[in-house]
Amino acid sequence: MNEEAIKTGVLRVLTRIVPEAQGEQIDPDVTFRDQFDIDSIDFLNFVLTLEKEFDVHVPEVDYPRLGSLDGSVAYLSSLLTAKVK
Amino acid sequence: MKADSIIKELSGWKVAPNLKDYNEARASFSWDAVRRDLDGLPGGGLNIAHEAVDRHADGARRYHVALRWIDRAGAAHDYTYGRLRALTNRFANALRSLGIEPGDRVFVLSERIPELYVAALGTLKHRSVFCSLFSAYGPEPIRTRLALGRGKVLVTTERLYRRKVKQIRRTLPDLKHVIVVGNEGTTPGGSDTIDFHRLLSSVDEAFTIPPTDPEDAALLHFTSGTTGTPKGVVHVHAAVIGHYATGRLVLDLHPDDVFWCTADPGWVTGVSYGIIAPLVAGVTMIADQEEFNAERWYGLLQDQRVTVWYTAPTAIRLLMKYGERVAGRYDLSGLRLLTSVGEPLHAEAVWWSVKVFGHPIHDTWWQTETGSIMIANFAAMDVRSGSMGRPMPGVEAAVIHRKKGGQIKPVQEPEATGELALRAPWPSMFRAYLDDQARYQDCFVGDWYLTGDLVRRDRDGYFWFVGRADDVIKSAGHLIGPVEVEQVLMEHPAVAEVGVIGRPDEVAGAVVKAFVSLKPGYEVDEALRLDLRAHARKRLGPVVAPKEIAFQPVLPKTESGKIVRRLLQAQERGSTEANRSHLDEPNEAEEP
Repeated sequence: MNEEAIKTGVLRVLTRIVPEAQGEQIDPDVTFRDQFDIDSIDFLNFVLTLEKEFDVHVPEVDYPRLGSLDGSVAYLSSLLTAKVK
Repeated sequence: MKADSIIKELSGWKVAPNLKDYNEARASFSWDAVRRDLDGLPGGGLNIAHEAVDRHADGARRYHVALRWIDRAGAAHDYTYGRLRALTNRFANALRSLGIEPGDRVFVLSERIPELYVAALGTLKHRSVFCSLFSAYGPEPIRTRLALGRGKVLVTTERLYRRKVKQIRRTLPDLKHVIVVGNEGTTPGGSDTIDFHRLLSSVDEAFTIPPTDPEDAALLHFTSGTTGTPKGVVHVHAAVIGHYATGRLVLDLHPDDVFWCTADPGWVTGVSYGIIAPLVAGVTMIADQEEFNAERWYGLLQDQRVTVWYTAPTAIRLLMKYGERVAGRYDLSGLRLLTSVGEPLHAEAVWWSVKVFGHPIHDTWWQTETGSIMIANFAAMDVRSGSMGRPMPGVEAAVIHRKKGGQIKPVQEPEATGELALRAPWPSMFRAYLDDQARYQDCFVGDWYLTGDLVRRDRDGYFWFVGRADDVIKSAGHLIGPVEVEQVLMEHPAVAEVGVIGRPDEVAGAVVKAFVSLKPGYEVDEALRLDLRAHARKRLGPVVAPKEIAFQPVLPKTESGKIVRRLLQAQERGSTEANRSHLDEPNEAEEP
C-alpha cells in the first residue's frame, strides 16, 4: 500500500470517529487533539478502528505516534512494509 | 480469590502520615482548630490566595518551588512562591486597572499554562470570583456558562479565542474584557482583546489583599443537573479551611512533597486540588500542559519524583491497558500515596496498583457542591478495594431514604442502599446555586445536604457507591447533563425526539449515548448519523457530545409525553422493562 492510499484510509477512519473533521483543512503535522479537541476515548476508538481498517496490531506504547495525520501515515507505512517482508 | 481488604502496616513509614488513627482523628477534630492553623489576613478575614501564596512568599518558603509547569515539549519551568506572589499581585492590579470590582466574575478558558494559575490566584486576591471553563468545551457550553455567570472578564489563549470565543462574543453583553495569552511575537486575538503579558507588565508588582470576609464568594463552578441549564455552584473563601484540612489528612501532604493532581482546572478537582490545596500546604505541585499519555505520565512520576498523586479512574484504566511491562521500565519508587476521584474505583484497579506501584490507589468521594473531599480511604487506614472509604473527620455522613412529603428517614441497618446525606454545614460547602435559591434549598432537608448519590454503608462504616439517583452522566469523571446534549441535538433539522443516557464503558465508566427519532422525510443512514455527531461535537465539544447515536422510531415516554431516560437505560442493558413504550408518571424516589 502506498502512502497516498494509507492517507486516504486514515482520513476515512478519522472522519468516522471525528465527523466534524470532514471538509476541514487538516494540518498534517498538528495533533488531532490540538485541532479537534478529541479526548482519550475518541483517540482510543481511532486507533482501534485503524487496526481494523488496516488489519494491523498497534502496541499500546506506540499509540502516541498516531496522534497526527503525518504521524499515522508514517507509522502505518512502516508497519505495513514490515508486514509484507 | 483475593481478600477484599488491603491491611496497612502501621509502622515503618517513610513519612509518618498526618492521620495515624482514624477514630482518634475523628474524635479530636474541629474545623475551628484547622482555621487557627491558617494565617488569616493581617488586617482580618480570610482569603484563599493569601493562604495559598502570600503567607509562604512572606516566610521561609519564599524560594520553594510552588508550581513546576511542564510544557508540551517536556521542559520544566519553576515558579517559586515568591515569583507566584509577584505575578498574582500583577494580575490583581491589572483587574483593578480595568475597573473590575470585587464580586465580579473572571472566567478562564485555557489549557494548563502558567497564566491560568496566575489568573486564578490574582482574581482571588482582588476578591473577584474565579470561574474556569474546560478548554475542550465547544462554543455552546462556553456561551451558556459565560452568560449564566455574567462573566466580565475572560482570560483565554489566542487559539481558543479564534476557534471558540470570537463567534459568540457579541451575544455576551456583560463580557467587557477578553485578555488573550498569545504566542510571543504574534498578534493575539485582534484589537478588541488585551494582551495578557503586556497588561501585566504595565501594572505594579505590589498588592495588598484587602480585608476579605470568609463568606465572600470566591469560586464559581458549573455542574450539570438532570434538568435545565447547568448550575453555577458558588464557593466562598472559607472553603480554604476544607482544602487545607483534606490536603493534610487525605492527601497527607508534607512540606517536602511533590504533588501531582492530573485533573484539569476546568473541573472542580483541578481547582480545589490542582491549585488551592497543594499551595496552601506549601508543597511543590506539578502541572502538565499535555493530555494523557502513558509513557509521558510514567516519565513525569519518575523524573519529577512525585510523592503524592491524585488522578482519576479513567486514566488508571488507560494505564492498565498499557500493561505492567511499560510501568516496569520506570522507577516509581518515589511515590508514597496514590489517590483517585471522579467515579468509583473498581477493586481490580486497586489490586493492579498494588502490583505496579507497590501501593493501593486510595479512592475519594466528593462533589462540586461539597467543595472538598468528604469520604476517603486514608493512608493509615485499611483500604477496602472498591469502597469510597470513610467520612473525613469533621464530616458526618448518613444513608437516608426520602419519604413522601419531603421528609427523610435515616437508614441504620448496614448494607442497605439509600441516598448519601451530609450534615451541613462544613467550611467548603457551596453557599448557593447562582440565581437559583429554590434549587439550592431543594438540596437540603433540615440540616442534611442530600447528594443525589446512592450508596450503602457496611458494618465497619465504609461507604460503597451504588449509582446516581438522577439521570446525570458520569463520563471519564466529568458530570454531563443529558438536557444540555438533548437541546443541541434537537436543533438539528432531522431530529424529532431525543433522549440521552450514559452507556456503560470499560474505560470511561460511561459514554454519552443519544437515542434519536427522526422527523418524517428523513431516512436512517450512516451519513445522517455522522452529520448529527459532527453537529453535536462542533457545538458542545467532543467531551460532552454523544459518542454514539442510535435511531429508533419511538422513544419511551410518560403519558404526558416526557421521555423516560431510565427506560432507555434499561433498554441499553437489554431489560424487558423497556418493551413498554408508555407508563405512568414515575413517582419521586420513595422509601422502598
